[in-house]
Amino acid sequence: MPEATSTDAKDDGVQIDLISGERMDSLRSMEKIRLILDAVREGNIVILEEGLSPDEESKLIEVTMSEISPDEFNGIEIETYPRSQAGDKSFLGRLMGRESTKKLTVIGPANQIQTLHKDENLISALVSRK
Amino acid sequence: MGLLTDIKDSITRVTERLFSASEPKRIGIYGPPNAGKTTLANRIARDWTGDAVGPESHVPHETRRARRKENVSIERNGRTVTIDIVDTPGVTTKVDYKEFLEHDMEKDDAVRRSREATEGVAEAMHWLREDVDGVIYVLDSTTDPFTQVNTMLIGIIESRDLPVLIFANKIDLEESNVQRIANAFPQHETVPLSALEGENMDEVYDKIAEYFG
Repeated sequence: MPEATSTDAKDDGVQIDLISGERMDSLRSMEKIRLILDAVREGNIVILEEGLSPDEESKLIEVTMSEISPDEFNGIEIETYPRSQAGDKSFLGRLMGRESTKKLTVIGPANQIQTLHKDENLISALVSRK
Repeated sequence: MGLLTDIKDSITRVTERLFSASEPKRIGIYGPPNAGKTTLANRIARDWTGDAVGPESHVPHETRRARRKENVSIERNGRTVTIDIVDTPGVTTKVDYKEFLEHDMEKDDAVRRSREATEGVAEAMHWLREDVDGVIYVLDSTTDPFTQVNTMLIGIIESRDLPVLIFANKIDLEESNVQRIANAFPQHETVPLSALEGENMDEVYDKIAEYFG
């Protein structure tokens, strides 16, 4: 992520990286995971416009686990809207390869972000500084 | 000589195909930590083989390696269904060794346990992507099922088109709410049970035979 704030400013706040679907589309799976984890390990909150595929989510968990280190990095907090059941049942959509996995996703360091509430339309989270 | 070799190769291929078709399906037992996965694995293994799979505990991440119990033959309605059970570590996106300190553990032990737990979760994810033919997803019916880990794991299982049964465990506890789980995942069948007390195991085995036989 390009530096958008000075070091002093970062000490006072929390950096939020909003990453467009277009930017993620140009990356391979591991590049996406690296982009997310590098930002999160710096204490940033990452918001993905279109989320990850189930396979990428699985790899994100696996790579996160390999990077957890006592007193340094405890892992991630990740939240997405639950997928709508209507979308899941669109057999024709799946058949045509049009199943949508696009869902806004929030990812942050486990020790800095806490989900307060989540339902199909709203994610409410509390973000704290390191 | 070439003809004989060709015939031999052909017979070998057919035999391998026949045997691979009849090989037991590997059924992964997945879910968040402390849902009762190992208690369920032990219950199934004890009921049908007489052996246990691994130690059970109320301390999270007691299971830190995937454990496999092979050739568990379940008899239902006059036919036998043979499966391999894979009891997997509870899946999470975070592990903090300090949580283990609350369970009267020394720091060194807690750090070691957390490191093993992270390796176990990574192993469980790898099994899910590569090596299971079906999934039993175990949830503690006294807790909120609308968690990100549950949403993601069910999504991963669905994306791989694996047959999945959702088991609402711990129905022996007063706070148990099976309907909440059924509402959270209406696209899948939810089976209530208490693996600890052995409640509703007949339906559990009926469904295992139906889904994975």
